[in-house]
Amino acid sequence: MEISYFAIIIGAIFVNNVVFAQFLGICPFLGVSSKVDTSIGMGAAVTFVMALSSIVAWSIQEFILVPFQIEYMQTIVFILVIAALVQMVEIILKKVSPSLYQALGIFLPLITTNCAVLGVAILMIQKEYNLLQSFTFSVATAVGFAMALVLFAGIRERLELDGVPAALKGNPIALITAAILAMAFMGFSGLV
Amino acid sequence: MQIVLNGILKNNPTFVLVLGMCPTLGTTTSAINGLGMGVATMAVLIMSNLVISLIKNFIPDKVRIPAFIVVIASFVTIIQMLMQAYVPSLYASLGVFIPLIVVNCIILGRAEAFASKNGALDSILDGVGIGVGFTLSLTTIGAVREILGSGAIFGFSLGIADYMPLVFVLAPGAFFVLGYLMVLFNKYAKK
Repeated sequence: MEISYFAIIIGAIFVNNVVFAQFLGICPFLGVSSKVDTSIGMGAAVTFVMALSSIVAWSIQEFILVPFQIEYMQTIVFILVIAALVQMVEIILKKVSPSLYQALGIFLPLITTNCAVLGVAILMIQKEYNLLQSFTFSVATAVGFAMALVLFAGIRERLELDGVPAALKGNPIALITAAILAMAFMGFSGLV
Repeated sequence: MQIVLNGILKNNPTFVLVLGMCPTLGTTTSAINGLGMGVATMAVLIMSNLVISLIKNFIPDKVRIPAFIVVIASFVTIIQMLMQAYVPSLYASLGVFIPLIVVNCIILGRAEAFASKNGALDSILDGVGIGVGFTLSLTTIGAVREILGSGAIFGFSLGIADYMPLVFVLAPGAFFVLGYLMVLFNKYAKK
């Protein structure tokens, strides 16, 4: 497939932003994004896991599922691999780099049920990317996710201090804020 | 009956528990897509609740989450194949969100919070209640977006399409409509 890496990166970060255009990873987006610090941590953890899982998922698809003609097992295999991977990353980080584990630790278990990770793995197979393209796509998507999270957290920190009508408090005002952000991101459409 | 009603109003997965937001926002571009997604999720939820409540005594406590995920993923795969065979156009428009039913927090949440503690019949009823609640919410959001965005309902044109802002079918409309429906639900239904 002749797709430039530049187009993949810009496309995944801005034009088809995971959160604002594809609606993946909304749960952590609404749940974790009340402070800028925690959203940076979550963004970093997701980037790390997505980069790893893209390589693993691509290899499994190419070397196991396709040769044995069991592509229909994709969903089951991918979710198990991601769950195992997250667990493994957690154990290894704990041993190798306790400080990084301290920073990312609490976010890791949450990532298994982050649909962005499984979604990206399925999308990159659908788009028939090769290994390097898949890796680029995953990292760029994760960067887009982290950016959305940090942007949103910044807005929410200020929103805390404002008077919001009682019925709008909490999730509704967060969703309406997200709608306005999504509208801003629509400005990027047609860029690549 | 109380279990079913709880799932629709008091524990409404979309407006009260705020779970399963990705398919809620991603697939509700029209009423029919919302309905399709809701029914597919309900089918997986009922079946997985049933199986998990039956096998709960054989699963060691430590590996229960992976075991639940395997059960759920199997049913998702079955639904995926059935939809591909019988409703290919709906399958195509729901796209990646069908396999993503696996990571829908509602299903794992109900498995952990209800099916692993209750009997088979109650678990089925809980699946029906939560499933109907989810389907109703998704269909409502889909209908509102379809009317506001493309001036139609369930695909039937109301003849007002030219005056309607297309933005409601696009990404920002999803957040807007869900946000304001949640406000209405908070104000009137949650008493």
